[in-house]
This record gives sequence, structure tokens and C-alpha cells, in this order.
Amino acid sequence: MDTNIQIDQLAAHVGEWLRGSGPESDIVISSRIRLARNLAEFPFVRRCNDVDRAAIEKQVHSALLRTNVLRDLLYVHVDKLGDVDRQFLVERQLISRELSEGKGARSAAIDPGEKFSIMVNEEDHLRLQAVNSGLDIERTWQQINAIDDEIESQLTYAYHERLGYLTACPTNVGTGMRVSVMLHLPALVLTRQIEKVFRSLQKISLAVRGLYGEGSQAMGDFYQISNQITLGRSEEELLQEVGEVIPVLIGYERRAREYLVSQSHKDLHDKVSRAFGILSTAQTISSEETLHLLSSLRMGVNLGLISDLEIPTLNKLFIHTQPAHLQKLRGIELDTADRNIERALYLRRHLGRGDAPTEKN
Amino acid sequence: MKCQHCEKPATFHITELTGPDVVELHLCEDHASQYLDAGEEKKASPTLAGVLAQQLKVGQTAEELAKLDQRTCPVCGITFYEFRSAGRFGCPHDYVCFENELEPLLLNIHGKTRHLGKRPRRHAGHSQRQTELIRIRREMKEAVEKEDYELAGKLRDDIQRIEREMQRGI
Repeated sequence: MDTNIQIDQLAAHVGEWLRGSGPESDIVISSRIRLARNLAEFPFVRRCNDVDRAAIEKQVHSALLRTNVLRDLLYVHVDKLGDVDRQFLVERQLISRELSEGKGARSAAIDPGEKFSIMVNEEDHLRLQAVNSGLDIERTWQQINAIDDEIESQLTYAYHERLGYLTACPTNVGTGMRVSVMLHLPALVLTRQIEKVFRSLQKISLAVRGLYGEGSQAMGDFYQISNQITLGRSEEELLQEVGEVIPVLIGYERRAREYLVSQSHKDLHDKVSRAFGILSTAQTISSEETLHLLSSLRMGVNLGLISDLEIPTLNKLFIHTQPAHLQKLRGIELDTADRNIERALYLRRHLGRGDAPTEKN
Repeated sequence: MKCQHCEKPATFHITELTGPDVVELHLCEDHASQYLDAGEEKKASPTLAGVLAQQLKVGQTAEELAKLDQRTCPVCGITFYEFRSAGRFGCPHDYVCFENELEPLLLNIHGKTRHLGKRPRRHAGHSQRQTELIRIRREMKEAVEKEDYELAGKLRDDIQRIEREMQRGI
């Protein structure tokens, strides 16, 4: 099938990990694990010229074709995609910004259910990732580990007896594994406790990142907690280290929510209702304001302050109101001003309840 | 009071006590957030290049450092200076080539220097041959750049021979 049509089909749906049905899914959006792997016979990607990059891409692609991994997967040559499609895959968290903005031959194999994807020629030759809805680290590891085993049967990875899997950056060497759990922590932000939480996480070598991983700002009160250490601890130990701390954070967030409900119920209800009011009636709205307001709304739904609205619907709005998604859904390229109008229209359609003034055109 | 950087009213009054002098700043919301964000970046966890630079200063003279910076991986041709600036290696062999310099860095990042955990099932028993491939491919590129096509052709034959041998599992 044509790649463009397949990407359009992805755009119309949302990934499995956003269905909001996994364990603790009111607070934990997703559990994600990525493995960094490199071929033993090529320089790392940054050191490769176009010929090397093309050779790596070809070798990995044909190795993947010899496995069952690629069955049903959408294989995309990222270097041949247009800007909007690349940005769309980034917004969807199927590829990284680095892969999108990279150079030379590079590709991504994507599960249509969006539960796993493989990036070729990102910072490392291969980046495998699996993702599940809610807090589900152990299962995510089993899935990605099985995929890694299968791919490894066809390729020779760069591996060192003492140092483990060799990666372009020494911060990933060893297991090459990054476990990250995405949390929605609006109450900890509102009660100004989030900084304290982060400082204590850093002390135990866990990293905190924004919605889109490394270098990204926290948007819409979403945070990714992940391991910083990759060498000297087994995968199971690393899973456990991240896994242990998440229930503690969930507990903090729940307590902060209870506090807000009991101490400032009116203010909270007001904040959530206003968020709903703006989102369901605005005529033009920025991506930033949307994320901010959807975050309040999401908390409001979880606390029962807003009825008739489901978490999966909200999860979908977070993703579908981003710039490239709006353009994919509309089927044309839009500048910022038009996107803001399109976003408001999309939100009114999904949140408007008849009483909201919706322009007929 | 106006913001120090624009015409908007100053709503943030910051007294900076971290430097040698006390500095007072009067900023509008936008410039205050810019200023505070910049401060956050400075305080953010040390970069790889920073950690390296810090470590190398200890116990090494400028001369030794300059010498170390020029050390080059015989396989991919990256210099230690290039690694130090970018924080990224050129090829898997760099881990062997710069092993001694890397040890304190790995300790700093991971607290340990020995891998525990998964190993590939079909381990690169002939990894020397793969490393050889990286080197020959680089030499071929250089030969092409120098327009030495005779050498480039010979090297291409070598590459193909090694690739065939690897495929047959020799």
C-alpha cells in the first residue's frame, strides 16, 4: 500500500497507548522502553557519509524482512517524506525529532497499532521501542526484548564483553536501554511541589523530561521519568528502579489532587469549568494554550468535576490538536494563524455540546 | 517601573546573589521568564563535554591534554578532541581505543564500568573482522577522494571478500 495513504490512516486513529485503559491510566499515560543497537561493521551514524547511511539502511531493512518483525508493519523512508508527515510522526511519538531532522537515508518501521516502532539511522543504527498504555513496564520489556532477539538473529551488533552494547553516546552504553513512564501530574504542578519531586528523582539518578523526550519542555503537565544509568545494572534492575518510584509519584499526585478537592474545591472546579468553556467555544487557539487547558480538563474528568467526557477522548484531543495532525486531518498545509482557527474548530466539534456557539460555514 | 529590556512594566524584581556582586533586575514577565530559563539551563545537569573537560583538567598539563586531543582512532579516524567536543563516538572501536580516558567518564555517568545484563546470543565472535571493515571502508573513501582509483578498487575487492566470508560464517 502507498506510504502516504498508510500515514493518512494512522492520522485518522490514535495509538493503542492512548486508549487510556492500562493500569493507573488516570495518571500514567504510557510505559515506553527503547533499546539502542548498532551494527558492528559500520561507524556510528554521525561519522557516516551518505553511502554508509544508505548501506546501513539497506542492510537493516533486508535483515528485518528476513524476520517476522516486519509483518504488518509500515516501513517508511523518512528521508523521502515531506515536512508535515515527518512532523506528524514526531507528534505521534513514533519517531524522534532527531530522526525527523536528520540527514541521509533513514527509516522507521511502525506497527499500525503503534505499540512498537523501529528507527534506522537515528543517533544509533537501530532504536527499537515498545509502548503500552498505563503503567505496564514489565510487559513492555518482554515485548521489546523478544523483538530485539529476533532482529539480533539476523544482524551482528556492536558488543563488548565488558561494556555491553556499544552506542554512539557513552550515556547509553551497556544495556542501551531507556525505560520511560509518561505521567500526567497537574496537581503537583498546581500545588508547586513538582520541583521538589524532580530534585529527589535526580538524586536517585532518574531523569525527568517533557512530552517529547530529550530537550523538550514540559507541556500540558506531562512528564517522562526515565533511567539515566544504562551500564552496570541489568535490564531487570533498571526496570525495577523506575518501576519502584512510579507508584510513589502516583501517590503524591493523588494526595495533591485530594488536597485540592478538599481545600479549594470551588477554585479547582472553576479552573476546570473555565478550561472547558474556552476549549469548547474558542474561535482561534494556540497549541500551547490548548495543551494547558486540556491538562486542567483531563484532571477535572478524573476527579469527576466534568461529566460526559471520557479520558480516551481527551487523550486523542491532546494529540490531534497538534500542528501536523491538524494539517493531516484537514488534508492541506496551514500556516500558524489558520492552524489556530482549525484547532478551535476541531475542539468545538469534539467538546461543543450544542449550547456552544459554533459558527456554521 | 519599566522593564530593563523593553517598554513593558516591570513585574518581576530579581535580586541575584549568586555572583560576586549583588545584581538587581527589574523585568517584565516575558524577559523574566527568559532570564530564569537561561539560568535553569546553566544549572542543568553537566553536559558530557563539560564532565570530560573537568576530568581532563585534573592531573594533566596543557601539553599532555593537547597530545591526548590529537590521538586518533585507527579505525574510524576520529580524534579524541572531536569526541570530547561532540560527546559522541565515531565507531565501536573507540571504546577500545580510548579505554583509559573513558573509564573515569563512565564511572561519572553510570557509577560502574562493567556491563550486567543482556548479551547478544550470536555474539560477534569475529568482531575484529567487522572493525576491519570499518577501517577499509574509510580507506576506500579516502582513496576515492584522492582519486587513487586503483587503490580504491583493491579496497572494494577486500570489502566484498570480507562480506562474503562473513555471510558464509567463515
